[in-house]
Amino acid sequence: MNESERNIYYLRGIPVPETPPPGKDPAPWKKTDIVGTSIPRVDAYERVSGTARYPSDIHLPRMLYAAVLRCPHPHAEVMNVDTSAAEGMPGVRAVISGITSDTDFAWWYSKEIKTKIFDPLCRFEGEEVAAVAAETAYQAWDAVRAITVEYKVLPFIAEESKSLDSSSPLLHPNGNTAKTDKYSRGDVGAGFSEADIVLDETYRTECELHMPMELHGCVASWDNDRLTIWESAQGVYSIQSRIAEILGLPLSKVRVIGHYMGGGFGSKLQPGKYTVIAALLAKKTGRPVRLFLTREETFLAVGNRPPATMQLKAGVKKDGTLTALEFSCIATGGAYPANGTGLVDWLVRDLYLCPNVKTETKDVYINAGPSRPFRAPGHPQAAWALEQMMDALAEQIGMDPIELRLKNIPSFSQGREGNPPYTTTGLRECLSEGAKAFGWEQARKYSSGSKENGHVKRGVGVASALWFAGGGNPPSTAVVKLFSDGSVNLNMGASDIGTGTKTVMTMIVSEELGVKPEMVQIEYADTATTQYATPSGGSKTVPTEGPAVRAAALSVKQQLLSFAAADLKTDESSLTLRGDEVISMKDPLVKVKIHDVTGLKKRGVIVGVGYRGPNPERKVVNPFAAQFCEVEVNTMTGEVRIIRFLGCHDSGRVMNRLTYDNQVFGGITMGIGLAMTEARILDRDQTGKMVNRNLHDYKLPTSLDVPKEMKSLPIEKPDDTANTIGAKGLGEPVTIPTAAAVANAVYHAVDVRMMKTPITPLQLCQALEKGGKEGSK
Amino acid sequence: MSSDADKHECSCGKGLTRRQFLTSAGAGALIVTASGHLGKDQEASAAVIKSGEETKITLLINGKQFQMLVEPRWSLLYVLREELGFTATKEGCGRGECGACTVLIDGMPRYACMTLAVEAEGVEITTVEGLMKGEDLGPVQKAFVEHDAFQCGYCTPGQIMAVEGLLRKEPDPTVGQIRQGVSGNLCRCGAYPHIIDAARRAAEMKKSGAL
Repeated sequence: MNESERNIYYLRGIPVPETPPPGKDPAPWKKTDIVGTSIPRVDAYERVSGTARYPSDIHLPRMLYAAVLRCPHPHAEVMNVDTSAAEGMPGVRAVISGITSDTDFAWWYSKEIKTKIFDPLCRFEGEEVAAVAAETAYQAWDAVRAITVEYKVLPFIAEESKSLDSSSPLLHPNGNTAKTDKYSRGDVGAGFSEADIVLDETYRTECELHMPMELHGCVASWDNDRLTIWESAQGVYSIQSRIAEILGLPLSKVRVIGHYMGGGFGSKLQPGKYTVIAALLAKKTGRPVRLFLTREETFLAVGNRPPATMQLKAGVKKDGTLTALEFSCIATGGAYPANGTGLVDWLVRDLYLCPNVKTETKDVYINAGPSRPFRAPGHPQAAWALEQMMDALAEQIGMDPIELRLKNIPSFSQGREGNPPYTTTGLRECLSEGAKAFGWEQARKYSSGSKENGHVKRGVGVASALWFAGGGNPPSTAVVKLFSDGSVNLNMGASDIGTGTKTVMTMIVSEELGVKPEMVQIEYADTATTQYATPSGGSKTVPTEGPAVRAAALSVKQQLLSFAAADLKTDESSLTLRGDEVISMKDPLVKVKIHDVTGLKKRGVIVGVGYRGPNPERKVVNPFAAQFCEVEVNTMTGEVRIIRFLGCHDSGRVMNRLTYDNQVFGGITMGIGLAMTEARILDRDQTGKMVNRNLHDYKLPTSLDVPKEMKSLPIEKPDDTANTIGAKGLGEPVTIPTAAAVANAVYHAVDVRMMKTPITPLQLCQALEKGGKEGSK
Repeated sequence: MSSDADKHECSCGKGLTRRQFLTSAGAGALIVTASGHLGKDQEASAAVIKSGEETKITLLINGKQFQMLVEPRWSLLYVLREELGFTATKEGCGRGECGACTVLIDGMPRYACMTLAVEAEGVEITTVEGLMKGEDLGPVQKAFVEHDAFQCGYCTPGQIMAVEGLLRKEPDPTVGQIRQGVSGNLCRCGAYPHIIDAARRAAEMKKSGAL
């Protein structure tokens, strides 16, 4: 074999980063050769060829199909379930409900209130009442329709603003308040009296549904006492622990596999009742069972971004100093405790310098599906209020909205005890560099000029953000395995939820070992065969897993150098890895090919284990952002056309520019949905049922709804204090400021404030009717 | 929401627009009403096949014939995925709203969930698997890889088929035509800008004959 053939696995001539002595943290990368470049995803082939097997594609021998009967009423008691007709139907193999044996398992949305898998009291439309397993999906649905349920229909409440009225039915014995949270610093009263301008406004964001393209569900299969679950999930270990707890099984007996998954956005961090139901039906029939919900069911029962009504009072001095912020919010996590107000006040507490802040949030119950975390919980809602308020304040004091924001940029986290500093903040650059790239000043002048001419007005808007988390944290374990031919296997438990995790982790291994990315094979997201990882949420997967993967690669390198040192009869600290060789830095003639290293040949593989180290003490790792957009508003029809968008993000080091930009555009697209079209509509007066539970009536943004011009400008500040790869999270900050930026642009175009999402032509026309600036009050 | 200036320049992409579909469905209803004897003819012909009873059909998928028994109510999507194992074609809604199940029928993008398997006899069905040459990707697939035109990848086979169908009809589409051509395919991850770039690139690749 000649030299070039032998070297196929390695990036010839590229020096790899220094190898730290065992036990020492690696130095930050000074320059990188692979990390930060634009490479297509390592699993792109599988995803475009159709060979990627998603959980909903799993088809096991003798597998049955399951379907769930759900309560059609928002509030009802199940008096009787008659499954006799269903049981006798063709292909039906099992029917279970609250009255059949072996279904008495607890369920909880959060630990405060326990319910049952088939609870006799249904508190929202879509609660599970019975389930069927049959030979085909069609037969399963035939049987579901043949089940007769006697319901005692109860009064319902479908509006959170009326939940606490004495006339409203109680959902739980202790009343309809799920929780109240309060926060205060300084003295808002004193702050408002110092202010030159005080504004007080009420904003609202409607309930938004996750709607990942792959439906929620799983395939469950038993081998005696061992349960295997293929679930469309954001993390396999979180599914494993919850299912083991519910079914009373040891963790070792529950294997969860979640290789590919078709999106989650927070709604697949945990298992659903569907997971338990599939396992129960599989147990009862002794056959594998696939249970995937229909799209309609996913509108009702698998989470949402809670609707929020937010009152914000703000004081500012003429020079742009914020003096006080007072925020109150009523929101609903639905029919169970589900953190409906989680983090909804965070931006008010933390985004801008302000000495006097008071917030109060109240989460109340209504008869609707429980919320689940949704991409940056609480933040897009708060941005809708705070970022519109910043615009309004800026106008009142005659200051540019960007300038007002720049005047109030903190270097530390005021919302946390003791004001810990951020490890890095690029908020200033996001705003100033973004404004330059967007052409803010010219665009603002140009747009203002459009007010005189015609019925189509232009406007530009900006909004900024930070994300509460995004720094990652322990625990995480990763394993890198070097084969005797020099190719590499990476083993990690984390899921790739579409953000490109596998690609980024491959790039880290490639960077450290010099091996070509295509020579790295990944095993991931399987509780039986891969290492522990927390679910992919909170924009933390790259900053959590990345350092563990880097540590594992370093461990391999250290062991390899040590083996090579024995072969070369030299000190390992004088050796380095270059291409497919270990070579002496003192004498280039002293070298050995990786595949000739005796220790590696003898052992077969070198295994390196890496752990995620702790985060820096008393420091906060957060990503920051500013987004800019330009809109055209047709004042005759109320239609808004978004012309262009710029996402300017500080998420530390950019790991892969190609997937980075994709993530930015995707977040903006989802934010456009919140701003323009998405809202759960409940028939609050008559039936309490959701009326737009399909993708025709609940509008997700399509290719025609995103602006033709979308740009991403990373503010790249590798955060070497945060972790050993210098990256912060990106997936959530990208959707936080979007809706507010659109609303600000609409205001700039036509001088009316959109207080509520979505900005429908109807709402806009009504506001225009009220007229100009008065309409905003 | 936002009106699109290009909306009207494209007569390609989907087999039928929603408006055309409604028009033709309306016309169909009219004919039935006008000819009252149609029902009688049906009564006189072969017995109605009930759900649960199977009928024998032959499907032409990716150039190969498949003979099988299907229930008359089974959708083409169900048969492709569950009976034949063509799992690249995804189910996202099962009711013609999301486009994840888009396949080509006689070269035109169609929702497999809205087509009954028994209706799909005698037409040429192409799935993503049919765009491959052995293990090699076709040009649209390659362009999707190059431009990172997906995130989770679940809507991707449908997007690819929509683009493939568009390019078969319009080999050199404008950005407006592409936006229109994939507008029946939802991508919740929001990879649209990259999908549009990939479609342009695929057009170039096809033109230059690079496979």
